[in-house]
Amino acid sequence: MDKRKEIFPHGIPGHNLGEIEREIPNDEPPAWPINDKLKVVGKRIRRNDALAKVTGSAKYTSDIQLPGMLYAKMLRANVPHAKILSIDTSKAERHPGVRAVHVFTSDDEGSKYQDVKYAGQPLAGVAADSLDIAKEAVALIEVEYETMPFVIDTEEAMKEGAPLVYEEPIGEQTDGGDVGVTHDGSEGKGNLRGPTTSSFLGGARGDLDQGFSEADVILDRTYRTQVHTHVPLETHGVVIDWKPDQMTVYASTQSTKGVRDGLASYFDLPKNKVRVICEFMGGGFGAKHSAGTFGPMAAELSRKSGRPVWLMLDRKEEHIAEGNRPNSIHHLKIGAKKDGTLTAIQQKSHGTAGVALGAGVGRIAQGLYTCPNFSTEQYDVLTHAGPGAAWRAPGNVQGAYGLEQAIDEIADMLKTDPLVLREKIDPSEVRKVLRQRGAKSFGWKYRPPGSDTGRIKKGIGVAQSTWPRFVNLDSTVEVKMYSDGTVEVRSGVQDIGTGTKTILAQVVAEELGLKAEDITVRIGDTIFPDAPGSGGSIVTGAITPPARNAAYLVKQKLFNQVAPQLETEPSMLTVSDGMIMHKEDASKKISMRDALRRMRTGQIEASASRSDDYGGFQQPWGLAYGDLGSVQFAEVSVDTETGFVKVERITAAHSCGRPLNISQIESQVNGGVIQGVSYALYESRVMDNKTGHMMNANVDQYRMPYAKEIPDIDIVLVEEYSARSSTDAYGIGEPANIATAAAVANAVYNAIGVRLYEIPMTPASILKALNKVEQ
Amino acid sequence: MEENEKKKAKTSLSRRGFLKGAGLTTAGTVMVNSGLLAFDGKFGPPKGESYGPDAVRVSMKVNGIIRDIICEPRTTLASALRDHMGLTGTKVVCDRGSCSACTVYLDGKPVNSCMTMAMDVGDQEVTTIEGISKNGELHPVQEAFIEHDASQCGYCTPGMIMSCVHLVENKKNPTLEDVKHATRGNLCRCGTYPHVFKATLDAAKKMK
Repeated sequence: MDKRKEIFPHGIPGHNLGEIEREIPNDEPPAWPINDKLKVVGKRIRRNDALAKVTGSAKYTSDIQLPGMLYAKMLRANVPHAKILSIDTSKAERHPGVRAVHVFTSDDEGSKYQDVKYAGQPLAGVAADSLDIAKEAVALIEVEYETMPFVIDTEEAMKEGAPLVYEEPIGEQTDGGDVGVTHDGSEGKGNLRGPTTSSFLGGARGDLDQGFSEADVILDRTYRTQVHTHVPLETHGVVIDWKPDQMTVYASTQSTKGVRDGLASYFDLPKNKVRVICEFMGGGFGAKHSAGTFGPMAAELSRKSGRPVWLMLDRKEEHIAEGNRPNSIHHLKIGAKKDGTLTAIQQKSHGTAGVALGAGVGRIAQGLYTCPNFSTEQYDVLTHAGPGAAWRAPGNVQGAYGLEQAIDEIADMLKTDPLVLREKIDPSEVRKVLRQRGAKSFGWKYRPPGSDTGRIKKGIGVAQSTWPRFVNLDSTVEVKMYSDGTVEVRSGVQDIGTGTKTILAQVVAEELGLKAEDITVRIGDTIFPDAPGSGGSIVTGAITPPARNAAYLVKQKLFNQVAPQLETEPSMLTVSDGMIMHKEDASKKISMRDALRRMRTGQIEASASRSDDYGGFQQPWGLAYGDLGSVQFAEVSVDTETGFVKVERITAAHSCGRPLNISQIESQVNGGVIQGVSYALYESRVMDNKTGHMMNANVDQYRMPYAKEIPDIDIVLVEEYSARSSTDAYGIGEPANIATAAAVANAVYNAIGVRLYEIPMTPASILKALNKVEQ
Repeated sequence: MEENEKKKAKTSLSRRGFLKGAGLTTAGTVMVNSGLLAFDGKFGPPKGESYGPDAVRVSMKVNGIIRDIICEPRTTLASALRDHMGLTGTKVVCDRGSCSACTVYLDGKPVNSCMTMAMDVGDQEVTTIEGISKNGELHPVQEAFIEHDASQCGYCTPGMIMSCVHLVENKKNPTLEDVKHATRGNLCRCGTYPHVFKATLDAAKKMK
């Protein structure tokens, strides 16, 4: 591919903004200036699917109703560990209104059914004329179990002689849990798997003993986090219509491609015979990347009945079987010199993703601060509980909860402001700016822990995070212009509520000199070009450059047709406000609409795929240079009589490259912060160790914040230009969630002068901690 | 209809009571023993008869239009709206009155439609999210939700809007605390609350 050189903006406006020359592919557009000089990008543009959402006309998967559609329900194991001796569906089959029954069987020799590994594991399913009938029929299925000993508690599962979840090596069992998992489950003893000792940042470095011997202070602590579940308001589920010529799948998914590939592989179908559609999606947060078990079940029931089948999980099923963020028992030993310099970090962690893998604590301790000596050992502990799944910055939220409190504690030991300590040990230029601007906006003025007096004590805390800039190169966008001047953008990518649909319109509108509302965006359908799943904060950085590039190619085609009419060269043309104009001669112009009307074909189109970053990648698979930084500040008040903690306000300072849509970014950050507050104070999966069942698999007892618990959230957004793609934009979904719980924990410590070391920080745990002080 | 009789009718078949009491009638039979149909017989089943498990005809006025459906007596209002009338704007999230995603109005008053039996609606007028905009014109709260980006995934949005519209239609100059109080039962997992608050206060200001 021919390349050319272009000058790009580079750096942080108001700090170190400059220019840089990059070599870029010839078929990609020239550099955009910074957002100040753009018309559509970087503005508060209304979400292009908001009208459907506020009027109730948006059709989610759960809203799909097809002619002849049946409703399905799955039978789930009611014991946590068992061999299945028999499953008798005869009564269910005879129940009036039942149209199909399917039982999952095992491919293993010697047993007809798969062993039950957790309470809630799906065993069979029924499709019937109504959901009530399907539920009745499921209750008529008789299962004979041979129950076996089980273990739910993480530390119990680690003991020698604990009931084993798997007798054999398990291979890849993770649903994308921790991105840092580098072991495959084949190594390990008992219920332990791993350890993970390296990530794409490398492995152990330096010499720990040497590092600790150089330290003036050494901190040795264990931090604990809970298992919590995603609770997307729309549960996992599908509507599947399996016709002889095609399987059509409506899916509540973060990855249309993932569901298509999963079902094609499961049923050995060609990919072009499976079509997956997701127009509106009611929340994912990491757990909705695959077809799960409900996908194959709905497909089997559709095949058997010859009818479309609706299979959405209920709230209980969602909690127990469709993902959770693994817990962590996170041990950190950190050495530092008097001046704050870190000399050694030793990390060891255990966590359970139930029957799955992915309970590592990520790369935060490995990469956030300068420290020459480092080692990590991250173990998965298998338990008889529902499988974990990716959850907004997998691993790193648990990791940050530990590390960022440890840094706070070291600051305390050194009697220094924790913000000042971070200034000393954090090599990141963008986080330096985030700290400065965030602290100013928050009004950060450090005060010693426990120095507030009175019954209600206020405290402040800060925590930081980093998240990699992942780029998925399998990202393609098609842009079409019709002869009436209308524009359509097409891609298989889905919008899970983050605003992907709107930013696609923005980048295309900016390139074509149009308004965002002039662009129709059709996404969430595998008949359009492939695009990545919505996870890892990948989508914005992956899909907006090809969208802009495809629009640029369409524009070039149009210029080629128009140039002779205007008696000039295509390269001399430009667009603005719907007009095609000569760059130097204002008299030579034509409206885009007139130009399109004179085309030979009814439409012109182009597609583009994500190219490598300008200047290349850190690692060729798509690890880009730079990171997505955040510094979050929290103020809390703690009622020392009742133990209630209230998060009063959060200042969240973030960077995500070139911001594309300010209001949508603010929405994302609000969401990440609120989920972080919830993680710190409220939610927890409560398991009964005696029965293996989840005790709060609902919305009323699974505590989450509502309107009255929402803190004031102040967002500081820092533009950072790095000239790595035609949009230079990145996502913000995960970064928004990483630092919050640690910032809140540090603020609680600052308020009461006692650290809890475990979340959620409930009134009971606060009172317990305060009693310790009195003793 | 006597006022106290009407009150009794409205509460006689609440889902909670139904679920508790209907343990005896596992097939879903419902005994209507109140003055449920003391009005003219157009809406709901007549008084004193038992229904179920077979489907019955239930009529109700939804967004100004009289709708007739055939449903089992155990059908909730949420299911009647979604599964029988295709009004899928109303969402079912927790199915036990804990999240307000299924909020609709009965005679202008917000209720959880997942906790209301379809047969219990009687002559009360139902308003759903689909009935909030009039003649294609958005309600100021809907406008403000768009303007302030108060939806993310959008699944809580219909219920959220029902709570906020009810507030601004019934209280002049609401404060932030009023908005928080009005939406105190609405669960949003994406974290749209700050923008919902802004949008509702802005809409209230514009409605002055």
